[in-house]
Amino acid sequence: MEFGFTPEQELIRKAAREFAEEGIAPRVAEMERTREPPLDIFRAMGEHGFLGITLPAEYGGTGLGHLARLLAIEEVARVSPAMGFMLQVFALGAAPILDFGTAEMKQQHLPALARGDYFATVSVTEATGGSDPMGITTTAVREGDHYVLTGRKVFITGSSLCDVQTVSAVTGKDERGRNVISAFLVTRDMPGFKAGREEHKSGLWGTQLGELVLEKCVVPAKNLLGKEGDGVKVAMKAISETGRPGIAATALGIIARALQESVRFANERVVGGSPIGQYQGIQFKIADMALMLDAARLLCYRGAWMKDQGLRCDVEMSKAKLFATEAAMVAARHCGEIYGGYGWLQEYVAQQLYRDAAILIPSAGTSEMMRVIAGRAALKG
Amino acid sequence: METVVCVKPVPDPKQWSKISLDPATKVLRREGVETILNPLDRHALEAALQIRQSQGGRVRVVSMAPPFATEVLRETLALGADEALLLSDRAFAGGDTLATAYVLAAGIHRWGMPELILCGAESVDGSTGQVGPQLAHLLGFAHLSYVCGLEEVSPERIVARWQVEEGYARVEVRLPAVLTLTREVNRPRGMSLMGVVQARGKPLTVWSLAELGVDANLCGLCGSPTQMGDMWMPESGRRQEMLQGEPEEVVQALLQRLRELAVLPGQ
Repeated sequence: MEFGFTPEQELIRKAAREFAEEGIAPRVAEMERTREPPLDIFRAMGEHGFLGITLPAEYGGTGLGHLARLLAIEEVARVSPAMGFMLQVFALGAAPILDFGTAEMKQQHLPALARGDYFATVSVTEATGGSDPMGITTTAVREGDHYVLTGRKVFITGSSLCDVQTVSAVTGKDERGRNVISAFLVTRDMPGFKAGREEHKSGLWGTQLGELVLEKCVVPAKNLLGKEGDGVKVAMKAISETGRPGIAATALGIIARALQESVRFANERVVGGSPIGQYQGIQFKIADMALMLDAARLLCYRGAWMKDQGLRCDVEMSKAKLFATEAAMVAARHCGEIYGGYGWLQEYVAQQLYRDAAILIPSAGTSEMMRVIAGRAALKG
Repeated sequence: METVVCVKPVPDPKQWSKISLDPATKVLRREGVETILNPLDRHALEAALQIRQSQGGRVRVVSMAPPFATEVLRETLALGADEALLLSDRAFAGGDTLATAYVLAAGIHRWGMPELILCGAESVDGSTGQVGPQLAHLLGFAHLSYVCGLEEVSPERIVARWQVEEGYARVEVRLPAVLTLTREVNRPRGMSLMGVVQARGKPLTVWSLAELGVDANLCGLCGSPTQMGDMWMPESGRRQEMLQGEPEEVVQALLQRLRELAVLPGQ
């Protein structure tokens, strides 16, 4: 078992760190102030190859794999959790096309997504079905050579800025009366596609979250991903194997940044004649943060390694997501407390990390659902 | 146009506070300090890549450094260089700028002479700015140091902006030449992941003293006409005066001191 990175992986990390420090860091204050998503940064992600990191070379990607992807997201998220989050969403959006799309869909969209010409996301959650993907009510009715989709998706990252969205919809009922769910590739130019209400979050400013409204949206039948009834499989494979690790890597960035800022402050802030890092109370918090970062990294890297080997990894990714996101909340709080009163002033990053970490918890499955997945797997023995 | 860029791995300036000096052995302790490509060399590489874009040809990168410098050279390949060469041997250790220039000149000569050699104006650690001009002399090239702009580039000549105290002078340099560049010359491109993948197939060669075939007495500490005399960490402090008392008393005392120091008028 090797625990070190290859020289190429170190280069990938360095490239992401430079991109984040030079291209994103100077814009963080602006994003915190305006809360606007910076489209030019998203395009620059494509120009530097970060959007195609898991896409094969034949589709314009670099094929560097999922571990490389997590390294890149962590470095970006360390500077801006919001940008790390968007970087991971864009790969989530491409995943269903790569795994279930037709050759035509792949050729049409994947190279453009890799370049950052436009962006993709996955639209599953509804008011009636988030943790329960079977509970959605959006319908897709077959009419000749197309489907007509009607419904409303909520909490969709990129709802108004992503031109390509994988949408789950009910196409029928099975013999037991349960929803049969299918997945469709829906694009902005289709009649009835409408970005709905924008949500105003408490953090991750610079991301875009809102509703997708489908008002009798006409989708060609050839845009069905997989076959009818594959909808949950399509969506959950993307969310569990690409979305959750991406969110976990965003959490790694938050923990790393919280630790970095805490160490700096603890070495500089003098109280009672000594830097506060000399006091055990502070040392214990920093030790916990360092430990959480190591443990979260190992869980994330293990899941990514499995994905790169072609192994099933949904349970491992759920564990990584659960641990890393919960740890990010703890680390951000520790950072704020180490800073004392300063920790909750907007001038300092601790309060931003805390607000950003909170939104990772319910994203792509709550901590409770992650425990359900891990628990069920453990009980099977 | 064939261009060679000389690069140096240096301790990351952002982490210099971690570096300490052993006062007894005069050895710098730099555990945990990352090594990076000398920042001004990045500008030199960028200039070479832009010249390749307009003039064609190749960009090769050379460094005289310990074995760990392969990481930095790999980075230059990912940034777009076509080929890299590391000159590394214990015999090269401790060399001053002349010994370094001697090894680099020998390496470049053996590797294949270019029309143009670009260097960063100075390294962040040594800051001598001497290797470029010494290299030019050893190779019989023209040279211009502290170039802050490249106005015209052709296979025969370069018109450059040469940084002077109050601005710049416009200078024409005939090739072959060595130019050392300042940060004003360009804005280096970032590393892309496409570049990282392309770097896989690019040659990275390592030559030792034996492969280079140079005189060991002209390399490293042996070949250095300058030797380090002493090294110490300078202490810097400020004069301090503490004024005690109630706020009103302290204010009056402060005003009086500022008048005594002629910062404020009056007595």
